[in-house]
Amino acid sequence: MLEISEIHSFYGKAHILGGLSFSVARGEVVALLGRNGAGKSTTMKSVMQLLPPRSGSVTFEGHELVGLPAYRVAKAGIGYVPEDRRVFSDLTVLENLEVGRQPQREGAPHWTVEQLFELFPNLAERRHNRGKHMSGGEQQMLTIARTLMGNPALLLLDEPSEGIAPVIVEQMARSILRLKAEGLTVLISEQNLHFARAVADRAIILESGRKTFDGSFEALEKQPEIRDAYLSL
Amino acid sequence: MAFYLALFLTGLANAAALFLVASGLSLIFGVTRIVNFAHGSLYMLGAFIGVTLMQVLPGAVGFWGAILLTGLAVGVIGALVEIVVLRRIYRAPELFQLVATFGVILVIQDLALMIWGAEDRLGPRAPGLRGVWRIFGEPVPKYDIVLIAITPVILLALWYLITRTRLGILVRAATQDREMVGALGVNQAWLFTGVFALGSALAGWGGALQLPKGGADLLMDFNIIGTVFVVVVIGGMGSLPGAFIAAVLISVLNAFGVAFLPQSTLVLMFVVMAAVLIVRPYGLLGREEVAGEHGQVGAPESPIRPYGPRGIVLTAFLLALLASLPGFAEPFVLTLVIDIVVFALFAASLHFILGTGGMVSFGHAAFFGGGAYAAALLVFHTDTPMELAFLFAPLAAGLLALAIGWFCIRLSGVYFAMLTLAFSQLVWSLAFQWRSLTRGDDGLINIWPADWLNGPLPYYYFTLILGVGGILTLRHIIHSPFGYALRAGRDSPRQAEAMGIDVKRVQLVAFALAGMMAGLAGGLFVFSKGSVFPTELEIAKSFDALIVVFLGGVKTLAGGVVGASFLTSVEHWLTRLEYWRLLLGLVIIAVVILMPEGIVGTLRRQALRLRRADEEAPR
Repeated sequence: MLEISEIHSFYGKAHILGGLSFSVARGEVVALLGRNGAGKSTTMKSVMQLLPPRSGSVTFEGHELVGLPAYRVAKAGIGYVPEDRRVFSDLTVLENLEVGRQPQREGAPHWTVEQLFELFPNLAERRHNRGKHMSGGEQQMLTIARTLMGNPALLLLDEPSEGIAPVIVEQMARSILRLKAEGLTVLISEQNLHFARAVADRAIILESGRKTFDGSFEALEKQPEIRDAYLSL
Repeated sequence: MAFYLALFLTGLANAAALFLVASGLSLIFGVTRIVNFAHGSLYMLGAFIGVTLMQVLPGAVGFWGAILLTGLAVGVIGALVEIVVLRRIYRAPELFQLVATFGVILVIQDLALMIWGAEDRLGPRAPGLRGVWRIFGEPVPKYDIVLIAITPVILLALWYLITRTRLGILVRAATQDREMVGALGVNQAWLFTGVFALGSALAGWGGALQLPKGGADLLMDFNIIGTVFVVVVIGGMGSLPGAFIAAVLISVLNAFGVAFLPQSTLVLMFVVMAAVLIVRPYGLLGREEVAGEHGQVGAPESPIRPYGPRGIVLTAFLLALLASLPGFAEPFVLTLVIDIVVFALFAASLHFILGTGGMVSFGHAAFFGGGAYAAALLVFHTDTPMELAFLFAPLAAGLLALAIGWFCIRLSGVYFAMLTLAFSQLVWSLAFQWRSLTRGDDGLINIWPADWLNGPLPYYYFTLILGVGGILTLRHIIHSPFGYALRAGRDSPRQAEAMGIDVKRVQLVAFALAGMMAGLAGGLFVFSKGSVFPTELEIAKSFDALIVVFLGGVKTLAGGVVGASFLTSVEHWLTRLEYWRLLLGLVIIAVVILMPEGIVGTLRRQALRLRRADEEAPR
């Protein structure tokens, strides 16, 4: 479904991704693991074209994304949940959801506001509250719900467990499994190996913008040296 | 009592057009972050188009239909401006777009002149609303009452649009984080065009609605833009209710000002604005601006370096050329070079706070004109010797900058820019309305240099030495520890504070220094022309300097100087033509689109590319 090959991405002169390639198949939940600065968020932004790669290709269902504006990528069926949440703080929960609303898409689960409130019950209670008056966990749920309003076929989740209370992290994990059950494909970046293992089918480990591991969590278990070298536990 | 009520109602009626124009400006700024200087031009177009349509369409239906159509027409024009010009430069450095909007002002001015001619048009009376109604015995024009009734309806309609519709929600979301809105699948380009069209339409309606109370003329654009900025800033950038309250406040104040203190109307408005901003730095209902909240747009800035040997040789050659110029050039060339040097020093002083300090001032003319007036006033009223009066120009401008800077540096970004604009307008209105001191727009004349400097040749060298000296001094300061501290404060104020730099203090000193240098340029100017008029303090003068700095390149040291030479020369050649504003505007827009890093920045990039190609070729 998503095919990334040999992408090089830069922040100004800083070379962040050095020829990264991997793919995500339909229905899969893939975890992108690695330390701070390994290039996880940059990978997400490079797919989304918020930071277009200088070279290489990103295809989604066979269509090239590199060079498209971000809104076209979103319209193609990729939903992006940024790491720093970026909730519209002056807008209410309902208004935040409205910004994300897009028409129904074939081959992707369709979401209504009520279904999303069922998935994230905390949001239902706070539907008229403004984004800025919500806790970190609630904001995280709101960004995911906002992105789901676009009925994406592929969800990019950038560090959803970061800076959130453990209780909420657990709830988040359940929600992600639920999304998977609905047929959504998910690429999730994580530092929390435990969380990643709970939700994902496959792990990809990044280090300095390169892939150092790509395989199942069982395979990762058998190579503790990789796990210890590239992940901070 | 009834008299006061009538004044109050007049103020309320005047608020209608002002609110429309201001809400459009505020809306556009909120979403696109473009400070649209051309907004006054759209208002003017609204007035002209309105007059024309009202002549064609008959009766009351025709009158109101004409107003409606005018707004739509101006909205289309605004959309065209956005698509043709602004869309290409959203990624350019912050506030670069305002140069483009200034180009648009010039183009619209000449187009209006071509289409409607130079004569002022009187607005037609509204059919059926010609007379007055008596309220407690005082006559109040019927049309005023209608306007007073319409304004809240417009506010309500806009409020509904912004708070209750999907478009409004997208607009508010984009005001906060437009990149995220794009990532959620919304085509920003069309959202921007839509908002720009709506904002323009509001300006157009403002222009058409005021017709029965005023008319249409070619000075409307600049006349309203200052007031509109004041309203938007007092209300808070991006706040519609704020714009409404401020429009009413300013209009009512104006109505009372005209009745009781006719000499102070212009000053009054800016005094109120300064007072509001000192108490509430982000306006009555505005929110704090957080610059670069979601990452910087574009590549990080490369540090500026002192010139290498080639640069020094080139500069020395240029200086030698200028010094030997009187040997072979015609006298008019000397006059042109004097103008260029004066303007270059003025621009370099603005570049110093803008490029190096990151403080975008919209009111730098206050110090140029302030210096010029300081010297001229001394000569005119007390016959002070020229040498002494000349020294007073940079001194007075520096002190003025210190005082104005003290208020302004508390703010940053657009609010800083607006407050500097307000203060410069304050200075301008003093020069314009304090006739007993400044002779108003008759200006101060017969301000000639001392005998030993009188004559083109001595004054040429006098200007060359002081002007070039001033520019080199500024350059030197940029490379001094003070310059480093200033740049540190620009790039990362918190980091700089943590390192022990008193950022605000450094900025204040830099602001005063820039004011002093602008004053020096003003001093050179007044004795070269022999006179000074309030035009030297006008918004247009400040904009000239801004344009020059942006055209030359904000991120380069030579930017201001090159831009000034470019603009002065181009103006010199173009002003012979009838429609020179149109051509100049097109030239400016072309430079902005083709050279988004400014002339020097783009040339340097080309040179760098060539050099790289050279280095790679032998392999």
